[in-house]
Amino acid sequence: MSASLYAGLASRGFRRYATYRSATLAGIFTNTVFGVIISYTYIALWVERPQLGGYGIAQALTFAWVAQALIMPVGLFGGGIVADYSERVRSGAVATDLQRPAPLLAVRLAEDLGRAAYALLTRGIAPMLVGALLFPLAWPSSVSTWLLFALSITLAVVIGFALRYLLGLLAFWIIDTSGPASVLVVLQIFASGSALPLVTFPGVLRRICELLPFRCLVQVPCDVLLREDTGTGSLPLIGLQLLWATTLLGLGAVLTRAAVRTVVVQGG
Amino acid sequence: MSEALRMFGAIAGAWVRAGFTYRTSFVVLTSTGMILTFLDFAIILIMFSHLDALGGFTLTQIAVLYGLSGFAIGVADLLLGNAEMLGQRVRDGTLDQMLVRPVPALVQVAADRFALRRVGRVLQSGAVLGWGLSAAPIDWTPLRVLVLASALVCGSLIFASLFVLGGAFQVFAGDASEVANAFTYGGNTLTQYPLAIYPVEVVRAVTFIVPLAFVNWYPALYVLGVDDPFDLPAAFQVASPVVAALFVAVAALTWRTALRHYRSTGS
Repeated sequence: MSASLYAGLASRGFRRYATYRSATLAGIFTNTVFGVIISYTYIALWVERPQLGGYGIAQALTFAWVAQALIMPVGLFGGGIVADYSERVRSGAVATDLQRPAPLLAVRLAEDLGRAAYALLTRGIAPMLVGALLFPLAWPSSVSTWLLFALSITLAVVIGFALRYLLGLLAFWIIDTSGPASVLVVLQIFASGSALPLVTFPGVLRRICELLPFRCLVQVPCDVLLREDTGTGSLPLIGLQLLWATTLLGLGAVLTRAAVRTVVVQGG
Repeated sequence: MSEALRMFGAIAGAWVRAGFTYRTSFVVLTSTGMILTFLDFAIILIMFSHLDALGGFTLTQIAVLYGLSGFAIGVADLLLGNAEMLGQRVRDGTLDQMLVRPVPALVQVAADRFALRRVGRVLQSGAVLGWGLSAAPIDWTPLRVLVLASALVCGSLIFASLFVLGGAFQVFAGDASEVANAFTYGGNTLTQYPLAIYPVEVVRAVTFIVPLAFVNWYPALYVLGVDDPFDLPAAFQVASPVVAALFVAVAALTWRTALRHYRSTGS
């Protein structure tokens, strides 16, 4: 029963967002505008410093557009489950979630995978096509690179979910999670490499960012895509993502049990 | 006008007091807001760890561009940023309540959920601007001071007009609020960099269609004494007040038209 349950939840997550077509078009437009602006700043930088961080200009531009494509699927700006969750805890609606005959984390993950799939197919791919028309991008030719890239994006989505899920759990202990939520957004935007590839960061800053899970959201998938040596060269990167995904999801499962023990639902 | 300001103050004040209920959250949100808007400048700093000049501009000159743009959108966002939530009110019909109250709808839209924490962006951009102005080589004249001061006001008015236009757009397309972000926050990102890095079509678009170039680019060329790389008329460099006045008029007219054509959901 559970496979079909989770497939159903994922498809509901997908359709929930697919309902708002004009919002999707608006999002595609906005992502495209930002992609164009960022592309020109990267061109200005890479024209002055060709091969900065090991990227040529085409690789840098590809990075810019892939980063734009990943913003919504991995939830760099937060929202979704986080925004929902503290409100559900505050209002007591969480009691219904806890009565459902499936683990909270798995239910939420399935819904978020559906949401991310929709975001990727629309706001991910459409701006990238415009970017490919306007700028010279560097696409790998080998099928295995693309398969590894797909796997890497999926893991990035799972890690992004786990981070926001952990934040959502905070609502069980503190009432207003908007402060921590904004800290998470700052870290996700900056330390993921989404604003500027981590390979251009100066020494210490780069090393700090490489110790954190956030680079798995954007920098690592981009590295998997942009690697010239196909196949095995990317496997350590995928391994790193797997490690972070299991660690964060495991932490989420442990903390969920702790959160459920603390919860006091007032009647009404 | 003064009556409208008084009403704005009354509603906004109530929201400020409400915001102080969770004091720690207010402090955290204001500081992370400042860090978040500073990140854009951090990116420029990282770029300059590899460069001496970007588009022919030095770091201190770009700090002036960044500071002017950030200050302008910061003021506009503080006062009118909530216009971007208008779509929600159109969808659930709560805009009706605003229309029957004896307070101008725009005042209510602006003051509703007024968030004092947004002052963070103004302070942070102001600090970068101050640093840029003191560190960049500028040959100060009374006219340069005047152009700089008018840029702060006119830039805020141009961004405020964009927020109002975005709000008016949502009266017709409630779901598509994000389109406005491309012009407001996108315009901010675009103008943080010297326009010299963009193709001439982009520069024409932000000069003649959406006048973002008058927020900081033209006034900054004048204040910094830099030649316009696109050779557009020098008069543009002091034209921000005229452009801002025109754009405010366009926004006001559009807002009124939008409200006249508003069709309630009826709920």
